[in-house]
Amino acid sequence: MIAFWIILTGFLVASACGLLGCFLVLRKMSMVGDAISHAILPGIVIAFLWSGSREPVSMFIGASTTGLVATLLIEFFHHKARLQSDAAIGVVFTFMFAIGIILISIFAGQVDVDQDCVLYGEIAYTPIDLWILDSGIIMGPRPVYIVGTVLILIILFILLGYKQLKLTSFDPAFASAVGISTAVWHYLLMAAVSITTVSSFESVGAILVIAFLIGPPATAYLLTDDLKQMLKITVILGLFVSLTGYGLAYWLNASIAGCMATMTGVCFAVAFARHRWASSRYRARLV
Amino acid sequence: MIIHAKEPVLEVHDLTVSYSRKPVLWGIDFTLPSGCIAGVVGPNGAGKSTLLKTIMGLIPPSSGYVKLFGHPLEEVRHRVSYVPQRESVDWDFPVSVLDVVLMGRYGKMGLLRNPDRQDKAMAMDCLDKMGMSAFAKRQISQLSGGQQQRVFLARALAQEADIYFMDEPFAGVDAATEQAIITLLRDMAAANKTIIVVHHDLQSARDYFDWIILLNMRLVAGGPTGEVFTDEMIQQAYGGRLNLLAQVGDMMEKRAFPTREP
Repeated sequence: MIAFWIILTGFLVASACGLLGCFLVLRKMSMVGDAISHAILPGIVIAFLWSGSREPVSMFIGASTTGLVATLLIEFFHHKARLQSDAAIGVVFTFMFAIGIILISIFAGQVDVDQDCVLYGEIAYTPIDLWILDSGIIMGPRPVYIVGTVLILIILFILLGYKQLKLTSFDPAFASAVGISTAVWHYLLMAAVSITTVSSFESVGAILVIAFLIGPPATAYLLTDDLKQMLKITVILGLFVSLTGYGLAYWLNASIAGCMATMTGVCFAVAFARHRWASSRYRARLV
Repeated sequence: MIIHAKEPVLEVHDLTVSYSRKPVLWGIDFTLPSGCIAGVVGPNGAGKSTLLKTIMGLIPPSSGYVKLFGHPLEEVRHRVSYVPQRESVDWDFPVSVLDVVLMGRYGKMGLLRNPDRQDKAMAMDCLDKMGMSAFAKRQISQLSGGQQQRVFLARALAQEADIYFMDEPFAGVDAATEQAIITLLRDMAAANKTIIVVHHDLQSARDYFDWIILLNMRLVAGGPTGEVFTDEMIQQAYGGRLNLLAQVGDMMEKRAFPTREP
């Protein structure tokens, strides 16, 4: 049963991150996902001090606010100071993450978040973080409900906004010309990334969220040339990576999140090899 | 030299556009009649694409205004179509040819509706007009330059607009595609659609366009091709003296940021 909860959490996190990651990869904004996953830390800590508990709603508000602040700052430095966007990302997210670390160390006594947990997470604790009703009924692990709810929200967001997300990613100038605001969809996507990251950071940690945000979508990108297929393959890869990652961790007696991220890398390598093989065969046929 | 249209469908009034305080278009003022194919012609860096992007509301002007059919763009957006430069998008994006053409229907669909059978039939029809219906299911990375341009034009057709702005549709396409495009434009103009095309080949401009906007940061000439597209005007637009304006632009920028070169 413990294995089931851990694999389920891994799968839910990988799917929620991967679905959004598909659009990040296609918009050539992978590193923005990286930035947001770190920059939300001060928001989490402030929300924590504010509400005094790990109650999800205030955490989501805190995280998405700081996530959007980070996005705005990156855009601001990029456009107004004419700084390269990758340099702007590098400055903003390390700065905000550092503020988060300072806040944690100052308020260490009051905040039930520690730095190791934020960076590396611990998915193995998922099954013991139970949601118990007032009447004493045990509903199962709390993170599963939180990440599950977020995944449903992400799926709804993509279903409703599919054509806008697709068009603003592919041809932003044309999207604006037909009256679809690229800025609105950009910030909606960024808010969704912030919320997904905060819901996942307890279980997999800030660093491994990035593996799930970019790894499966990048792998799926090599395997298909259809956006809907890419989203489906990403979810399937999420399941595969959680299963095999857990198996690897059990076998090696190593960090579960680390093994899941490793399997993400292995999947990418296999897809890359297949891609090279297919394109060399295609070229051979042309000659 | 500016000749104004009697009943203009497009009115650009005293338009000035700057990129970070450096003016790239100065006081552009012209009108276009309906049912014409107009060429925006000028040397590199003359601001041809910038003019189109400003008309489409993608770049905010520093001063002046644009009216389409006597209204601001926001009120008549559904009657306006825009074809960006082919190089402006990622042709490795995982969508099919038909998907791209269907994007032309998005403006009419609203937030929640998805493309239905009618939209698809309409999109196939537009592909057919461009001779691309056999490619509908292809992924867009498998297309040649000319085919990519045809797909973009099919998407514009799917918008069913009354005025079309096309940024360099003839750039880097094969002769057959160039011919197919100009035939299409003439058919559209015959149906009283207005088409504005950014173009940089002076030779073909005379044959293709019945209205010319000659541009080099300022408006050099605007009017019917026969009257304004004279050697003297072309000389003015392309001649060395006009670099003066570029120098003024540089000076203004330096004054704004005294310690920094662009």
